[in-house]
Amino acid sequence: MAFPPEWGSKIMETLANLAMGFSIALTPYTLMLAIIGCFVGTIIGALPGLGPSNGVALLIPISFSMGLDAISALVLLTSVYYGAMYGGRISSILLNIPGDEPAMMTTLDGYPMAKQGKASEALVVSGVASFVGAMLATIGLMIFAPYLARVAYQFGPAEYFALYMLAFCTLGGIGSSNQAKAAMAAAIGLGIAMIGLDKTTGMPRFTFGELHLMDGVDFLVAIVGLFAVAEVFHFIESHGKDSAIGVKLGKILVPWRMLKQTSGAMLRGTGIGFVAGVLPGAGASLGSFLAYMAEKSVAKGADKASFGKGNPKGVAAPEAGNNAAAGGALVPMLTLGVPGSGTTAVLLALLLTLNITPGPLLFAERPEVVWSLIASLLIANVVLLLMNVPMVKVFVKILSVPAWVLLPGVTMIAFVGIYSLTGSSFDMLLMVAFGVLGYVMRKLGIPTVPVILGILLGNAMEDNLRRAMVLSNGDWWYLLSSPIAIGLWIAAIVGFVAPIFLRRILKKPAVPHDPTLNED
Amino acid sequence: MLIVALGYILSARGIQTSFMSDPVGPRVFPYLVAAVVILCSLVMILRPDPDEDWPAGPMVLQLGIALVVLMGYSQAISPLGFLIPTAIVAGILSWQIGGNPVRSAITGLGLSVGLFVLFRVILGLGLRGLPAGMGF
Repeated sequence: MAFPPEWGSKIMETLANLAMGFSIALTPYTLMLAIIGCFVGTIIGALPGLGPSNGVALLIPISFSMGLDAISALVLLTSVYYGAMYGGRISSILLNIPGDEPAMMTTLDGYPMAKQGKASEALVVSGVASFVGAMLATIGLMIFAPYLARVAYQFGPAEYFALYMLAFCTLGGIGSSNQAKAAMAAAIGLGIAMIGLDKTTGMPRFTFGELHLMDGVDFLVAIVGLFAVAEVFHFIESHGKDSAIGVKLGKILVPWRMLKQTSGAMLRGTGIGFVAGVLPGAGASLGSFLAYMAEKSVAKGADKASFGKGNPKGVAAPEAGNNAAAGGALVPMLTLGVPGSGTTAVLLALLLTLNITPGPLLFAERPEVVWSLIASLLIANVVLLLMNVPMVKVFVKILSVPAWVLLPGVTMIAFVGIYSLTGSSFDMLLMVAFGVLGYVMRKLGIPTVPVILGILLGNAMEDNLRRAMVLSNGDWWYLLSSPIAIGLWIAAIVGFVAPIFLRRILKKPAVPHDPTLNED
Repeated sequence: MLIVALGYILSARGIQTSFMSDPVGPRVFPYLVAAVVILCSLVMILRPDPDEDWPAGPMVLQLGIALVVLMGYSQAISPLGFLIPTAIVAGILSWQIGGNPVRSAITGLGLSVGLFVLFRVILGLGLRGLPAGMGF
C-alpha cells in the first residue's frame, strides 16, 4: 500500500522530533532521574493509600525546591506517574488490596491467580500488559497530540470556555456516582480559584482582609492537603486495620505460553484504555474497567466462566487498559491544557508551577519540552518493564511496611514539601484545612478531583468567559457562535447526562471495598 | 446530609453578599459558581444519598487530636526546627494508627532523623534541624 507523499514527511518530522527528544532524555543525569522516578513511582503505586495522584502531588513541591529545571522535573515526575500505574497491580494481586484505584479491576482475577499459586505468573503477565499498554499509548500520544494541537489553534475564548465545561461535565458524569455532588465539587474548586486579587481589575476577592490570601490559594497546597493529609485522617479512623496477609511469592519465571494466550486481550485493552484516557474526565480507572468488561464479553464458554476465578486475560486486559489510559490522558493535557483525570490534573499543576502553559502553542514554542517528555516516557517504560518483571520481589518486600510507619512519614513529607516551597506556616495551616475538607468530602461521597480541576482551571475559565463577553459586547449567545463550540457544549451535556442512564446498564462488578482508596 | 446542604446554601448566600464591594466585571463568574452550588444543594436535599457512617465519640476525639497536632506542627516547624516537632508529631500519629506507644516513639524518632537526612543531606532542601540559634 502506497502512502500519500505528505504522510512520509509527517513521519520524518515526528522521527526527527523524537530524535531531538532522545538526545535530551538520554543524558546520564536525565536517565538517572527517570530510573529514580520509576523506582519511587512503583513503590508509591504499590503501597495502599498512596496512588499516582497523591504520590505525584507530594513530590512536586520537593522537586521544585530542589531546584530541578523544567525538563528534569517533568521527566522525574512523569516517570513517577507511569511507575505508579505499574506498581498498583502488585498489591492488587498479592494482597487483594488495590494499590490505587485504577488497579481495582486487577484484583478480580489477579488475587484468585495468586491464591492458586500463580502469583508470579500474574505479576509477569500484568507487568508485560502494563508495558504493552503504556508503550502503544505513548506512541499514540506521539501521533495524535500534534494533530489535536493543530485543531486547537483555532480555539477562541468561547471554545475554551466550552472545553472547560466539557472537562467538568465528563469528569463529573463519568467519574462519580452522583452528578449533583460532582458539580458541587467542581463549583467549590472554582470558588476557591476566585480567592485573591482579580486579574483584570486588581480588586481583592474573598480575602476577608487576610493578607496571605491576596495571592490566591496555591494549588499545590490544596492538592497536597486534599490528597495526602486527608489520607491521614482516614487511616486514623480505620486504624490501619486493612493490613492483610499476603500470598507467598515463588520464583519468578516468564510464562511464555500465557503471554501468547493473553496477547489479544492486551491489545484490545490498550485500544479501549487509550480512547478512555483521551476523553477528558475519564481517566485510568474507567479505562481498566471498560477493558475488563469488554474482554469478558468477548470471551466464550469455559473461558468466560473463569473470569473472576483467576483468568490471566482478566489480569492482562485491565492492566493494559489502565496504563494505556494513563498515556492517553496526556493527550488532552498537553494539547489543550485540560486534564483527563486526577493525576493529569496534578501533572498540569506541575507544568503551571514550572511556568509551562500547556496548549497548542506548547508544541510550536517549546518542542524540546514535549519531545523530551515523550522520549523519557518511552525510556521509563523500558526501565519499568525491567524493574517490574525480574525485580518485582524488591517491591513485594517494601509492601510489608506497616501503616503506622508509612502514614506519619507521608504526612511529614507533605509538610516538608509545602514548607520548603513557600516557607509560610499559614500555607501549612491551609493545607491542614484542605485535609479536613478532603476528609469530610469523602465522607459525604463528594469526589475531590473536580475540586482540584476547578482550582486549576478556574482563573483561565473566567478569563476566557470575560474575554468572550468583551468580544461580543456582553452577548451570551456568543458562547454558542461557532460549530466547534456548539459541538463541545453538546458533548458536555451528553457526558454529564448520559451516565445516569448508562449506569443502570453497566453495573459494576463487586470489587473489594476499600475506603482508603484514592481517586486516580 | 440535609443540614450540610442547607449550610452550603447559607455559605453560598454569604459569599454572594460579599461580592457587592466589587465592580460588575469580577462578580459574574462567582455568581454563576454560587448558582451551581445552590442548584446542587437542592438536588442533594431532594434526592439524598444513604448516609455514610460518621465517626462517633472517641473517634471524633482521636481525629480532633490529629487535627490539633497537625495544626500545632504547622506553627512549630518554623521556630523550633525540623527534628523535635517531627519526632513528636510523627510519634503521635503513629500511635493513633498503630496503638503501641513504644513502637510509635521509635517510629517518630526514626522518621524524624531519617527524613532529615534524606531532605537536608541528600536532597539539599533548606531545612533547619534545631530551634533557631542552636546551630544547624
